[in-house]
Amino acid sequence: MSLGSWFGRVAFLALGLTLLFLTLPTVAIFTDTSPGRLLDALGEPVVLDALWLSLKTTVIAVVVIVAVGTPAAYLVARREFRGRSVTLTLIELPLVMPPAVAGIALLAAFGPHGIFGPWINDAGIELVLQTAGVVVALIFVAAPFYLRQAVAAFASLDRGRLEASRTLGAGPFRTFVRIAIPEARPGLSSGLALAWGRALGEFGATLMFAGSLQGVTQTAPLAIFSRFSDPDGFTAALAISAVLIAVAALILLSVKLFGADRALDRTGP
Amino acid sequence: MTARSDSGLPARSADGPAPGHKGRHGGIGSPAPAERLEVAVGARLREFDLGAGFTVGPGQRLAVVGPSGAGKTTLLRLIAGLARPDRGRIAIGSRPVFDRGLGIDLPPEHRRCGYLPQDYALFPEMSAWRNVAYGLRVGGRTTRRARAAEILARFGAERLADVRPGGLSGGERQRIALARTLAAEPRVLLFDEPLAALDPATRNESMRQLDLALSQSGGPAVIVTHSFDEAAVLADRIAVLDRGRIAQAGSPAELSARPGSRFVADFTGAVVLDGEVAGTDGGLTVVAVDGGGMLRSVDRASGTVAVSTFPWEISLEAPGNAPRDSALNRLTGTVTSVTAIGNRARIGLAVPQPVTAEITGRSAEALEIRPGVRVTAAWKATATRLIARGPHDPYRP
Repeated sequence: MSLGSWFGRVAFLALGLTLLFLTLPTVAIFTDTSPGRLLDALGEPVVLDALWLSLKTTVIAVVVIVAVGTPAAYLVARREFRGRSVTLTLIELPLVMPPAVAGIALLAAFGPHGIFGPWINDAGIELVLQTAGVVVALIFVAAPFYLRQAVAAFASLDRGRLEASRTLGAGPFRTFVRIAIPEARPGLSSGLALAWGRALGEFGATLMFAGSLQGVTQTAPLAIFSRFSDPDGFTAALAISAVLIAVAALILLSVKLFGADRALDRTGP
Repeated sequence: MTARSDSGLPARSADGPAPGHKGRHGGIGSPAPAERLEVAVGARLREFDLGAGFTVGPGQRLAVVGPSGAGKTTLLRLIAGLARPDRGRIAIGSRPVFDRGLGIDLPPEHRRCGYLPQDYALFPEMSAWRNVAYGLRVGGRTTRRARAAEILARFGAERLADVRPGGLSGGERQRIALARTLAAEPRVLLFDEPLAALDPATRNESMRQLDLALSQSGGPAVIVTHSFDEAAVLADRIAVLDRGRIAQAGSPAELSARPGSRFVADFTGAVVLDGEVAGTDGGLTVVAVDGGGMLRSVDRASGTVAVSTFPWEISLEAPGNAPRDSALNRLTGTVTSVTAIGNRARIGLAVPQPVTAEITGRSAEALEIRPGVRVTAAWKATATRLIARGPHDPYRP
């Protein structure tokens, strides 16, 4: 399209506005306050606690999601069975669930008065107002992002190579580890990035299910909200936001680098 | 990694992996004991019922030919354990790998069938040697690498060891796939259209590689193809599969000379003769045919070759007569069979190698052709193809 035509100029303007609108708030986080004050705010215990808790809980949640979700997604993707499409829909349900609904649902299931509450209590596990509860909430909202990508990645694998692996003497597990996972890696990586990003940003379900106790359940997004409600806390809220943005960008970048094209870079044995 | 941890072997096959399985942990490089493959299975397919029974002895090669959709690939998949028959029995050696009645159904990894799919299914993110080493289950990295290199060398592909499938040509891919298949020391070889993915230029060389793989394995082999001349060159017996049934089975010469149906007659096109290139003459390759006689072809070749033409290219004439046409190739022999197909006749000759001619019913009558009569088969050098053959094949008479 020529930029000389009137429509070309309009489209160019539209792109400029889009970029401006989408990047300006991000830029504002870093420029609203001086860098020195941002760094000072990062030293506040509330901020440090929140960032450390977010890192800890999201990593645990993502590890659980990948460990359980990968074989589960493989089964759904590679097997024909009755109720397969229902299974897929159930897996994706939390994707479209409003966070507040997710929080209520988790309480109704695992809360003290929920369906499984007594059992969980008997087992000596406490979730509500505990770090473990944060992890449960994160897994609930983030898992579908990984599962969806993983199912799609495994479903697009070439059947012939999985079968070749079997006829060469490898059992189902070795075939899964040596052939399916390496070939599905780009899809698995992007699913991991999406799930991790979603977990880092989780707010509503965590607040309702686990509460917002500093150092225990107050993750970075909850701390942002809490500091923002405080008249003197705006700078701290900005500092946490800046770190979250940097971390999110880093995740996106590293996963793209690791997932997509490593197969092409590796040469030889 | 142990062979058992991931077996998924159902409890009902309490007799465990078939014989020879443990052998691979002992002596790497020792060929699997030669065993017989027995198949008698049935499976419902979408459009028809597949039902086939045959036995292939050690070192024997059965070609399964037939039109697309006849069930050829399914048959191989049933044997390899990649699809499940609805009834019947498959045995390799003395033990069944599938027996509906006994409830035996070994998973593919315990059948040790060297299944070569049409597109080879090489692992794209592994280098050639890692592809080949995939089926080796013992030894450290150094041992496996050395063993893979040794097998690659057999196929003249050692320089490709570090290349990934993406960087290989069609013919090279086939070599890596053959090497990978043989590295796992299969008890049975199952090749699905092994030449289909290759361009005609590399066909002769690939045929030689296939021949090599087949003779090195020593076990029974089933080769699916849709071309009769490939079948005749690679196999010693041919089964014609049509809509899930074996319409006819026999040696290439038998099928060609006495087709049991119009379908088999149309299908078993080529006549194939063994010979040795003797030289050139006026730009034509001269082949000394085993058993006597000289043939000329416009194709270039050297060494041991298969000479092929089609029954309808061959005309028959009384021996000793002056040549009536420009046909350069003449072989005289005795009529062994006469089969009428509509208004045509298939004439089987022993020259002494078997040759089939297809002529009109009228000329068959004019020449008074019946078993025992001596006639001369004549055809043109331009209708004569030469297919290079592997050097020595101990399993071929």
